Amino acid sequence: MKRIGVLALQGDFEAHRKALEEAGAEAVEVRTAEELERVDGLVIPGGESTTMLKLLRLEGLFEPLRAFGERRPIFGTCAGAILLARDVANPPQESLGLVDIGVERNAYGRQVDSRVARVPLAEENGGGEMEAVFIRAPIIRRVGEGVRVLARYNGDPVLVAQGRHLVATFHPELSRDRRVHQLFLGNGQ
Amino acid sequence: MYLDDAFRVKVGLAEMLKGGVIMDVTNAEQALIAEKAGAAAVMALERVPADIRKEGGVARMAPIRKIREIMAAVSIPVMAKARIGHFMEARILEALAIDYIDESEVLTPADEEHHIDKRDYKVPFVCGARNLGEALRRIAEGAAMIRTKGEAGSGNIVEAVRHMRTIVKEMRQLTVLGPEELVAESKKLAAPLELVQYVAKHGKLPVPNFSAGGIATPADASLVMHLGAEAVFVGSGIFKSDDPEARARAIVKATTYYKDPAKLLEASEELGMGMPGLDVSKLDESELLQTRGW
Repeated sequence: MKRIGVLALQGDFEAHRKALEEAGAEAVEVRTAEELERVDGLVIPGGESTTMLKLLRLEGLFEPLRAFGERRPIFGTCAGAILLARDVANPPQESLGLVDIGVERNAYGRQVDSRVARVPLAEENGGGEMEAVFIRAPIIRRVGEGVRVLARYNGDPVLVAQGRHLVATFHPELSRDRRVHQLFLGNGQ
Repeated sequence: MYLDDAFRVKVGLAEMLKGGVIMDVTNAEQALIAEKAGAAAVMALERVPADIRKEGGVARMAPIRKIREIMAAVSIPVMAKARIGHFMEARILEALAIDYIDESEVLTPADEEHHIDKRDYKVPFVCGARNLGEALRRIAEGAAMIRTKGEAGSGNIVEAVRHMRTIVKEMRQLTVLGPEELVAESKKLAAPLELVQYVAKHGKLPVPNFSAGGIATPADASLVMHLGAEAVFVGSGIFKSDDPEARARAIVKATTYYKDPAKLLEASEELGMGMPGLDVSKLDESELLQTRGW
């Protein structure tokens, strides 16, 4: 069984831990560089990217996390997507730059614009529809070469993969459907 | 009712705030300090609770101009307080597209019998509670997040501890009761049976449960996290201290690393004096904020 860490600095890490367990992985919380060394993959959950960034810097986790991403798969949702992106706008902020996408923060607007949508999933990933919960979500404005778009909503990519990494601008951990977590667990096998 | 998409989206934002610190701010400058220190959200208000306590008078929703300045200054969610039962302050905050409304006992109540019917709003609400019955009544009215009340503006953690322990204990007790006992319990709690059954089955509220009212130090934050809080609200504790920036940072760190005493020591190391505190047991009943709301 794969041992997957969930970055537990802030955000909905508990929901991810449960989702990973339901998808068939062993899930553990990660708050330090030592804990990071003991996992096969990592989820960066939803939450506030500015808070996570602050703690990553303060606790000296930023570089270890980037180095981890050079070897192992990372799945980022919402705030996690923002941290994984190469460029961040609205406002610009530092990021790990592990996935070649450009994201705009809070791009749908404020909380009143948060929503639950149904998005079609690409055939090779099972097809059909998937629920997507967007909470003050970012929008992927640019997709670099080598980035595969697995699902779109209103024309914008919302689930993308590059190499071993997976990025969702929505929150599959807040839905019952475990296909996205299973997809991540299949990565790098 | 509790699992429709509109409600899930409201609870969803509360989920994103877990493990974080929500800081009271009264202007854009304080909001920026809070964001820079790692706050997961800020609460816009006219005066921090310690000043409301000192200055007295009627405490209302913050001036809109101030809230707008704060919303423009930071990229994290911005909450604002409305008076208990003041459904029009809430409508105005909704029209402003605030991210969360706190129907708060810290402000002077507008209605001494009724809370706002919160189901009917697009914006999510957080409400205070001292016990399980109060928490479930607020959820029945549509609150998507509960925070224990503590005693706002006191700088004293004792009430926050009491309220968190009370709710956690009452929830635990429900998990061992049989179906017919839950009906009786629902009557005693003055809360809908459906919610009582949910708590009995899951051992927790159907919405996140945060802590507020008296948190002034990193140690306080880690204490309430250990007792079952999923995030913390800090009111006067930051901007009434000698060292708001360092204290804000330290409380953020303590909330994340609440299980790690070495990190808590680091967080506490450089801090000066906290806000002046009050002995809650010496306060007159009429001076308590926690008894507002029903």
